[in-house]
Amino acid sequence: MADPIKVYPPKPSKVYFFGTCLIDLFYPEAGLAGIHLLEREGIEVHFPPGQTCCGQPAYTSGYHDEARAVAAAQLDLFREDWPIVVPSGSCGGMMRKHYSHLFRDTPRQEQAKAVAARIWELTDFLLNVCHIQLEDLGEPTTVALHTSCSARRELGLATVGPTLLGQLKNVTLAEQVRAEECCGFGGTFAVRHPAISGAMVGEKVDAIVDSGAREFVTTDCGCLMNIGGYAEKERLPLSGQHILSFLWDRTCSPQESGSGEQQP
Amino acid sequence: MSQGAAPQHPHRTLAREFHPRARAAIHNPQIRRNFRKAMDGLMAKRKAAFEDWDLEALRTLGANIRRRALARLPELLVQLEQQLIANGIQVHWANDADEACHIVSNICSARHAKRVIKGKSMVSEEMELNDYLDEHGIEALESDLGEYIVQLAEETPSHIIMPAIHKNTGEISELMHHKTGTDRSNDVEYLTASARAQLREKFMQADVGISGVNFAVAETGTLCLVENEGNGRMTTTVPPCHIAVTGIEKVVPGMEDVTALLALLTRSATGQHITTYFNMISGPRKADELDGPEEVHVVLVDNGRSTIYQDDELLDTLRCIRCGACMNHCPVYTRVGGHTYGTTYPGPIGKILMPHMVGLDEGRHLPSASSLCGACGEVCPVKIPIPDLLVRLRQEAVDGDKLHPAKVRGHGAKRGTVEAMIWKGWEWMHARPGIYRMGTSMGARFRKLQPGKFGGWTQYRTAPKLAAKTLHQRMKERSQ
Repeated sequence: MADPIKVYPPKPSKVYFFGTCLIDLFYPEAGLAGIHLLEREGIEVHFPPGQTCCGQPAYTSGYHDEARAVAAAQLDLFREDWPIVVPSGSCGGMMRKHYSHLFRDTPRQEQAKAVAARIWELTDFLLNVCHIQLEDLGEPTTVALHTSCSARRELGLATVGPTLLGQLKNVTLAEQVRAEECCGFGGTFAVRHPAISGAMVGEKVDAIVDSGAREFVTTDCGCLMNIGGYAEKERLPLSGQHILSFLWDRTCSPQESGSGEQQP
Repeated sequence: MSQGAAPQHPHRTLAREFHPRARAAIHNPQIRRNFRKAMDGLMAKRKAAFEDWDLEALRTLGANIRRRALARLPELLVQLEQQLIANGIQVHWANDADEACHIVSNICSARHAKRVIKGKSMVSEEMELNDYLDEHGIEALESDLGEYIVQLAEETPSHIIMPAIHKNTGEISELMHHKTGTDRSNDVEYLTASARAQLREKFMQADVGISGVNFAVAETGTLCLVENEGNGRMTTTVPPCHIAVTGIEKVVPGMEDVTALLALLTRSATGQHITTYFNMISGPRKADELDGPEEVHVVLVDNGRSTIYQDDELLDTLRCIRCGACMNHCPVYTRVGGHTYGTTYPGPIGKILMPHMVGLDEGRHLPSASSLCGACGEVCPVKIPIPDLLVRLRQEAVDGDKLHPAKVRGHGAKRGTVEAMIWKGWEWMHARPGIYRMGTSMGARFRKLQPGKFGGWTQYRTAPKLAAKTLHQRMKERSQ
């Protein structure tokens, strides 16, 4: 199946925000950072309270009946014709690239297709729809970036992260060997094949540490919990953040950060 | 093997034992070093070889050529057979590996052949041809250097292009010393020359040469063979009889299709603009010719391919031109090496092809052994959607889609009662937003009770920590 050509919409006044289950449970500050960044661009953000999960964990595990039931519960949340932004390449990729296939031969395929066409990964949306201009207020630092495989390959966003970080004048992007190689997360893969996944994340962490960076950012919480969790277990001097948290933290003014909504 | 039964041969392993072999490989520093170094080199070479090309356009062309060829497969095979026969080549059809072995063995017997020299052929590995011939009193010697090494070691290829890539020079030197009396040396030239001298004699004595096929051209009845060592040319021209074995999917309509596929194949495989040898075999020796075989045979092997062909999605598997780029770029293959898979074809292509050959019961762990990173699909010269096919086979392995019932042999073998219940429970919670919000906010509230250990995850990492408040809770507070 040929990929449709990606056409960015004009900057809208309103968007739906699909927070993803990992951000909901483990990294809400990354979700809030994404919302703050959108609002600063003058966009009204709607967070449908009925949202749960895109269905990907069951889908990639082969349990498509269950994935379809959960995905179906998301389809009705986006009644207005606004773009739907997702702070994850992985969940964004699931919704944009796989919903149509998941709902094939069902009465909801057209609806699934229509929703899929409105899905945007949030960093892509900030850069290419909002044309965001970031003003760096932080101290000089060096950071490594791990672009998730779904953001890089499935959604073709390999240059988005470096471009956004490149706007921050006090941030140096560390060069890693094999930056494009998977960190070994892969959802349930990390649990089904722990030894292989462990070897992959071990080499990824070594590459990041060897780059000289002591901080890394990622476009996906799966990679973040994988790389960060390994570094923590090995007691390595490396800490990670979602790229949205990093971008917001470095660019929010004292007044903005005083709103009390960031993670303490 | 064609029936999914356990292979009879002691040096072959089982696909179902993927996990213990993966663990052993992960903890074998020699394996890790050999593969990492080799794959890094191959990735760099491929990248350099495509630098001056519009790779996307070329991949699209390659994909379309293969797609069109497969769409016309039945008629192209008929045309190929007619043209081969017109060229004086004898055509044989084999439904499965056993039948293919039987055909080859019969051709040898009819010629009272006892010594066979072989060029590289993955289909012959699929057939386990060497073992079969051996059981029938026919000696088959591999002449591709990598295959020769693997045969000396009584192993199977660990890579489809570079069969002995799991061994370094020191290991090869030691092996050749023990098996052939070659002096120990770290000089690759010396070791190669030694193998060459031994093989040269065998070429002269061989009664039959057996090769694979890279492309079979329907319009002209030509068999194309890509190789670097000249052993392919000798295998197909020196012995009095040449038998080519090939999968039925290798057929392309015309010679012009070969140009693009060849450009993609050699660059994707080894980063070469062209291989040292490119053979176009168009028939046995003619009356006025001085050399070439008296007889040429082609064995067209199905071995599960026509079943794959009947499914619109799985069909894409058959586009493969066997370049090996998917394994060269696979982070899993790089960590565990080719033998871990326990299959003829390892790596990403093996994971989507072998379940059809050995059954999803035997191959149940293959589709899950991927992080779905997509590196394989990104480099595939004919754009096989490997990650999508892995997901399809995962669904088949657990009978996970009532709307689209599984059809691959052995489907459902991986479905476990506990896991099925976990996903049912997951669905129950995530399809009900109220329950989900209640459950997750309870989780956040009692996060101190979160278990510190979580199976294979915490073997290598700390457990992720639940936030004090979920994003749902934060957003609700915000709106108040």
